[in-house]
Amino acid sequence: MLEQHLPALAILLPLIAAPIVFILGRSTVVWLLATFTGAWASIVAFQLLLTTLAEGAIHYSLGGWSAPWGIELTVDALNAFVLLAVTGVSTMVLVYSKESIAKEIDKAKHGFYYTAYLLAMAGLSGILITGDAFNLFVFLEISSLATYTLVSLASDRRCLTAAFRYLIMGTIGATFILIGVGLLYMKTGTLNMLDLAERIAAFDRSRTINTGLAFIVVGVSIKLALFPLHRWLPPAYTYAPSAVSSFLASTATKVAVYVLIRFIFTIFGPDYVFYDMGMDMVFMFLAIVAIFKCSYMAAVQNNVKTILAFSSVAQVGYMVLGISLVTTTGLMAGLIHIFNHALMKSALFMAVGAVFYRVGSVEVHAFKGMGKQMPFTMAAFTIAGLSIIGVPLTAGFVSKWYLVSAALQQNLWVIAVLILLGSLLAIVYIGRIVEAAYFHDVPEGRDASKLKEAPLLMLIPMWVMVLANLYFGIDTSLTTEAVGHASEWLFQSTELLEVAQ
Amino acid sequence: MNLWQFVEPSMLVNLAIVVPVIGALLLIAAGNYPNLRESVTLATAALLFTIVLVITDNTFNAVAMETTWVALFPGLSLTFVVEPLGVLFALVASFLWIITTLYAIGYMRGHKEDNQTRFFFCFAIAISSVMAICFSGNLLTLFVFYELLTLSTYPLVTHAGTEAAKKGGRTYLGILLSTSIAFLLLAVMGTWAVTGTLDFQPGGIVADTENKSLLAVLLVLFCYGIGKAAIMPFHRWLPAAMVAPTPVSALLHAVAVVKAGVFSILKVAIYIFGIDRLKEIPTADVMLYIGAATVLISSSIAMTKDNLKARLAYSTVSQLSYIVVGALLATPIAAAGAALHIATHAVGKITLFFCAGAIMVAKHKKNVSEMAGLGRVMPITMTAFAIGAISIIGLPPMAGTWSKWFLTIGALEADKLIIVVTLMISSLLNIAYLLPIPIKAFFAKQAPSAEPWSWAEVQEAPLPSVIALTVTSAGCLALFFFPQPLVDLINLIPGINGAINGVG
Repeated sequence: MLEQHLPALAILLPLIAAPIVFILGRSTVVWLLATFTGAWASIVAFQLLLTTLAEGAIHYSLGGWSAPWGIELTVDALNAFVLLAVTGVSTMVLVYSKESIAKEIDKAKHGFYYTAYLLAMAGLSGILITGDAFNLFVFLEISSLATYTLVSLASDRRCLTAAFRYLIMGTIGATFILIGVGLLYMKTGTLNMLDLAERIAAFDRSRTINTGLAFIVVGVSIKLALFPLHRWLPPAYTYAPSAVSSFLASTATKVAVYVLIRFIFTIFGPDYVFYDMGMDMVFMFLAIVAIFKCSYMAAVQNNVKTILAFSSVAQVGYMVLGISLVTTTGLMAGLIHIFNHALMKSALFMAVGAVFYRVGSVEVHAFKGMGKQMPFTMAAFTIAGLSIIGVPLTAGFVSKWYLVSAALQQNLWVIAVLILLGSLLAIVYIGRIVEAAYFHDVPEGRDASKLKEAPLLMLIPMWVMVLANLYFGIDTSLTTEAVGHASEWLFQSTELLEVAQ
Repeated sequence: MNLWQFVEPSMLVNLAIVVPVIGALLLIAAGNYPNLRESVTLATAALLFTIVLVITDNTFNAVAMETTWVALFPGLSLTFVVEPLGVLFALVASFLWIITTLYAIGYMRGHKEDNQTRFFFCFAIAISSVMAICFSGNLLTLFVFYELLTLSTYPLVTHAGTEAAKKGGRTYLGILLSTSIAFLLLAVMGTWAVTGTLDFQPGGIVADTENKSLLAVLLVLFCYGIGKAAIMPFHRWLPAAMVAPTPVSALLHAVAVVKAGVFSILKVAIYIFGIDRLKEIPTADVMLYIGAATVLISSSIAMTKDNLKARLAYSTVSQLSYIVVGALLATPIAAAGAALHIATHAVGKITLFFCAGAIMVAKHKKNVSEMAGLGRVMPITMTAFAIGAISIIGLPPMAGTWSKWFLTIGALEADKLIIVVTLMISSLLNIAYLLPIPIKAFFAKQAPSAEPWSWAEVQEAPLPSVIALTVTSAGCLALFFFPQPLVDLINLIPGINGAINGVG
C-alpha cells in the first residue's frame, strides 16, 4: 500500500519529522531521528528511481484530487535521479553534522538546526517532484526560508550579513519566479506543468509568455547562482556552518538547475526557448564567463570555503553550458554533473569542516601541515579535488567527458577547448590547498600534538562521498542510464507535443 | 615456464598490472622492517619480469591476449590488448625495475633518505601504471593510466620535500597535467568524435576520414598532449623532475615515464594514424622538424649544464625526440628504429643515471666540473659511465648503434637528408657533452705528488648500486651483440612487418 504513495512520502517524511525534532529539541536524539528520516527518504528516492526507470513516469494526485484541480506529483527519471542525489547527500551530511555543529553552532540552537535542515530537505524534495508550477514556488519558499535560517546559525557573526544578503537576493529570485508563473497562469489558466506545456505551445510567441519566460529565467538564475547573479553565494557558503555549506553546495543550487531544466524543457519547450528566443547563446556566453571568472576568483582567494564557493559557481557554469548545447548529450552532461558535483563538493566541504573542527580556521594557511596531522581528511580532500579537476576514474571525469563530447558533436571545438582550459584552473585552486597540506609544516604557535585526525563520525560520511566519487567515476551504468532516459525523454516529450499539434 | 601454462594467457595481462599493486600493498604492510620491505619489492619485480617473459613467449607464438575491465562509457571500456610494441616496452621497464630496485636499496640507505616506504610504494604503483599503458587496448585506457602515472610519480619527484623539490614538482605536475588535459584529452575525444572508435588497430583507424586538416590538428594535439615525450617547448618538466632521488630519475625519468610518452606517440602513429596514412598528413612534417629541432637544441643546452643530472636530463629530452622523429618519418624502418631506441636508450641512459647517483652517494658530487680525477676513486662507476655514454652516442660496440643506424636508414628512405644530418650532428654533440666526463675522470692531470694508483683508494657506492650499474652497462654491450630477440619482436609489429632483418 505504501508503494503507491512513495512520491508523497519523499516530501512528507522530512516535513513530518521537522516539527517532531523541534519539540524534542535534545541534540543526540534529534540527530538520530533526523538521520533516520534522511536515510528513509533516500531509500524512497532510490525506489522511485528504479520504478521510473523500469515503468516510466509516475503521476500521483495529492489527496486524491486529480489534476488540473488538485496538485499532481510527477516523478520521472529526471527528478527521481536528482532526488536520489539530494536525499543521499543530505543524509550523509546529517551524519556528519553531529560532530561538526557541536563545534560551530551553539548547543541551544541544535534543535533549530535539525528542524531547518529537515524543512529544507522537504522543500527541495517538493520542488523536485511536484508537477505543479505554483506548488513549485511554494516549496521553493519553504526550502529558501529554511536555508536562510541555516546560514545564520553559525557562531561567526558575519554569517548574519551573509544570510541577510542571501535572503534579499533569494527573495528577489523567488518573487521573479512567482511573477513569471503568474503571467503564465494569466495567459493559460492552468498551473499544472503538463497542461501549461500544451497551452503555451498553442500561444505562439505571445508577449505575455515571453515576459513570463524572462522573469522565470532570471529568477531561477539568481537561485542557481548563474554568473553574474551569483554574488550572494560566496559569502553565504563562507560564513555558514561547514555542514550547512556542504548541504547547500550539493543540493540547493543543483535543485535550482533542475528547475531551470524543468521550465525550459517541460513547460516552455526547448524549441521556443532556444530557437525562437535565442536563450542558448545567452546561457552559453554566461556559462563560459562563469567558468573562467569564478575559477579565477577561486584561485586567488585565501579562505578555503570561499574558494570552494567560487568553484561551485564555476561548476554551475558547466551545468548550464551543457544545457545550452541543446542536444541530448549536452543535457546528459549537465544532468550528470548535477549528480557528480553534489558528490565532490559535499566531500570537499566536509573535509574543510573537519579541518575547522581541529584548527578553528579555514584559511589556506590553516591547512599547512595537515597532510601529516589529518591524513585521512586530507586524502579525502585530495581525491575529491582530483574529481573537481576531472582526473580519470573519478566522477568529475565522466562529467567532463560528456560535456566535451557534446561540444564536439556540435563541432564546437572552441567550446571544447574552453571547457578543458577551465578545468586547468581547477588544478590551480585545488593544488594550492593540497600543497599547503602536504608540503608545509604546521605553522609555529599552533600545537601540532592537538591537531589529530577528525572524529570518526565526520570521517565516515566524508569517505562515503569520496568512495562514491570513485565508484561513479568507474561504474557509470546507473548515472548514464538514468540521465540518458531523462534527457531523451525531455527531448522526446517536446517532439511528441509537436506531433500532437 | 611450465608453471605458467596453468594461467590463462589473457589473465597474464591482468597479473602484469595487478602484481605491482599487490606488491605495493605488501610492502606497506612490511613498512617497519626495511629488509623485508625491500625483499618484497625485489620479489615483486622478479615476478613481474617473469610474467612479462611469458607474455613475450606467447606473443611470439601468436597467442592472442586481451582482457576488458569495466565499461567507463557505453561502448568504451578499459581494455587491454597485447601487441609487440607494448611487449617490448614492458620487457624493458620490468627488467630495469629489478635492477633499479637493487640500486635503490643501496642508494636510499646510503643517502639516508626519509619516507622510504612511501618511495617504494609509489614506485610500484608507477610501474603498475606503466604496465597498463604498455598493454592498453584503446586510447581511453592509455589516457587513464597516463594520468595515473603522472599522479603516482608526483610524490616521488617531490620526495625530498625541500623548496626546490616543491618547485620542481609544481612544474612537473603543472606541465604534464595541463598538456594532457588540454591537448591529449581533446585529441582523444576528437578522435572519438571523428571516427567513433578509440581502439588501437593495425593500419590505424582514420583511414576513412576525409578531413585532412582535422587529422592535421589531431596529430599536433597528440604530439603536444603527450607531454611525457618532452617535445619542445613542453620539455621543462623533465629537467625539473631531476630534483627527485636518483633511482627515480634513472628508472622513471630515463625509462618508464618518458618512454611511456614516446611509446604513446609511436602507438598513436602506428595504430591510430597508421604509418601509411601518416605520410599524407600535412603537419607530420612540421612536427618532424620540431622534433629534429628539439634534438639539436636540447643537446646544445646539455653542454651548458654543469650539474650532471641536469645534463643527462637535457640529453634525455634530445634522445626522446629521436623516437618522435622516428615515428613521424613514417617509414617502417624508421618506426622500427624508434621502437628499438626505446630499449637501447633505456639501458644506456639508466647506466648514466646510476653512475650519477653513485657519485652522489659515494663522493657527494653533483657537478661535472668536480669530477676530474674521479676515475681513481670510482673506477667501476666511471667505466660504466663511459660505456653508457658511448651507447648514447651510438658508437659500436654498444647497443645505441643499432637504433641510430635504423633511424638513419629510415630517414634516407624517406628522402629526408636533413634528418640524417641532424642525427649526425646530434651524435657529435653527444660526444662533446658526455665523453669529456669519463675522459677527465681517468686522465685528468694528477698532482705531482700523487701516489701510484692502488685498490686501496677505491671508494665505490654501496655494493647493490655497483652491481646494478655493472649489469646495465653489460646490457649495453649485450644488446649490441645480441639484438636479435628484440628485432624479432619489433618485426612483429603490424606496419613494420619484418622491415628490419639481418642484424647480428
